[in-house]
Amino acid sequence: MEGGFWTDFAWPAVLLVIKIVAVIVPVVLAMAWLTYAERKIIAAVQLRKGPNVVGWFGLLQPIADGVKLIFKETVIPSGANKVVFIIAPLMTFVLALVGWAVIPFGTWDGGKLVVSDINVGILYLFAISSLGVYGIIMSGWASNSRYAFLGGLRSAAQMVSYEVSIGFVLITVLLCAGSLNLSEIVLAQKERGLATVLGVPALTFLNWYWLPLLPMFVIFFISALAETNRHPFDLPEAEAELVTGYNVEYSAFTFALFFLGEYMNMILMSAMTSILFLGGWLPPLDVSWLNWIPGPIWLALKISFFLFLFILARAAYPRYRYDQLMRLGWKVFLPLTLVAVVVYAGVLLYAGWLPK
Amino acid sequence: MTELLKEYLPIVVFLGIAIGVAGLLTLASFVLARQKPDSEKLSAYECGFEAFGDSRGQFDVRFYLVSILFIIFDLEVAFLFPWAITLKETSEFGFWSMVTFLGVLTVGFIYEWKKGALEWE
Repeated sequence: MEGGFWTDFAWPAVLLVIKIVAVIVPVVLAMAWLTYAERKIIAAVQLRKGPNVVGWFGLLQPIADGVKLIFKETVIPSGANKVVFIIAPLMTFVLALVGWAVIPFGTWDGGKLVVSDINVGILYLFAISSLGVYGIIMSGWASNSRYAFLGGLRSAAQMVSYEVSIGFVLITVLLCAGSLNLSEIVLAQKERGLATVLGVPALTFLNWYWLPLLPMFVIFFISALAETNRHPFDLPEAEAELVTGYNVEYSAFTFALFFLGEYMNMILMSAMTSILFLGGWLPPLDVSWLNWIPGPIWLALKISFFLFLFILARAAYPRYRYDQLMRLGWKVFLPLTLVAVVVYAGVLLYAGWLPK
Repeated sequence: MTELLKEYLPIVVFLGIAIGVAGLLTLASFVLARQKPDSEKLSAYECGFEAFGDSRGQFDVRFYLVSILFIIFDLEVAFLFPWAITLKETSEFGFWSMVTFLGVLTVGFIYEWKKGALEWE
């Protein structure tokens, strides 16, 4: 009886918690130092030094910021709806974190390095990123402040607009991969594709979907910028007009949770882009010394590449106007992706290239 | 325990841990920092002015239109997910039925476009 309890219940539970912590801790640390990387990279673009006081090259800056925010007073405005006001940042943070439950980090001894290998992984991620709107619209409404309300509305409208084109892009990837499971999508990019057709299977990077789906790849990345409210689509927090939008009334760690949630969403979207278009944990060339480097490192490198592009886009581009933003989403991306779904499906079907 | 539960249990535990972390951090700043509210500090931020009444008034109907359009197209995407996976089996029949379905939706989309539901200026 006692032995059964330990082997069937307690030990798997402990193992599961260890697995989850092993995912959460690197993600949270990555997000903390992403804020540092962002400030450093933008500083380099603008020929400044960036944070360089706290620690060696300012490397401890994120910790200093975190400690500062914990020791600040949490202000809850008197006009606010208090319960919703507190729940909103928690929701943003939690939703940005739980998406990581299905991200596959690689293979190990034939098994998959993933917390939960569900067969509808991509649908789960799509649902989680759709729910992200709630945190923002709840905060905008609950704050009972004009800036927050307008910021929340804008942000919600923007996120749902680009959600649609992201959905259609996902469909084109699914048509090529033939599975909703994220690990299967990565593995599908290993076996079939241009490199195999050309007879050079060692050039795995030609097999990845960024090449056959290049227009979709670009649309997906731009939509990811809009979806995470990043520059050049950061209208919800347009400083000049809305002071910072939906989180204007937040302080201390409730504000930090929004901030962390936003950065974690960036990392999550980068991870999604890497998995869907850049072969996830696969090395770019199928040669032994590259295969020897473990999968999570390749995935981390690809994620870092996209995060670098996110930051560079912030440094390089001016902000869109709201009508331009909506025009791009509804009148350019939506028709384009809609047509692309039909074209890709037709080509795959009539050329006999459908998977399985 | 069934297979389905085994697959989804980690997500539930993950959710629990995430809520725990977020809750603890929020609570920490309540406990560690000195809370000293006053009426000015707690008033809504409006660039130094007294707030002009309640902020939850009227807002642009176009935000509402966008969310309705979103529901239509997002449902369409959700409908396309299983179709994309099974296209091999349903083959030409599946393909042309979906083209018809998308065609009908496109007619609606063109109507919205011509009606100016997508104009923001």
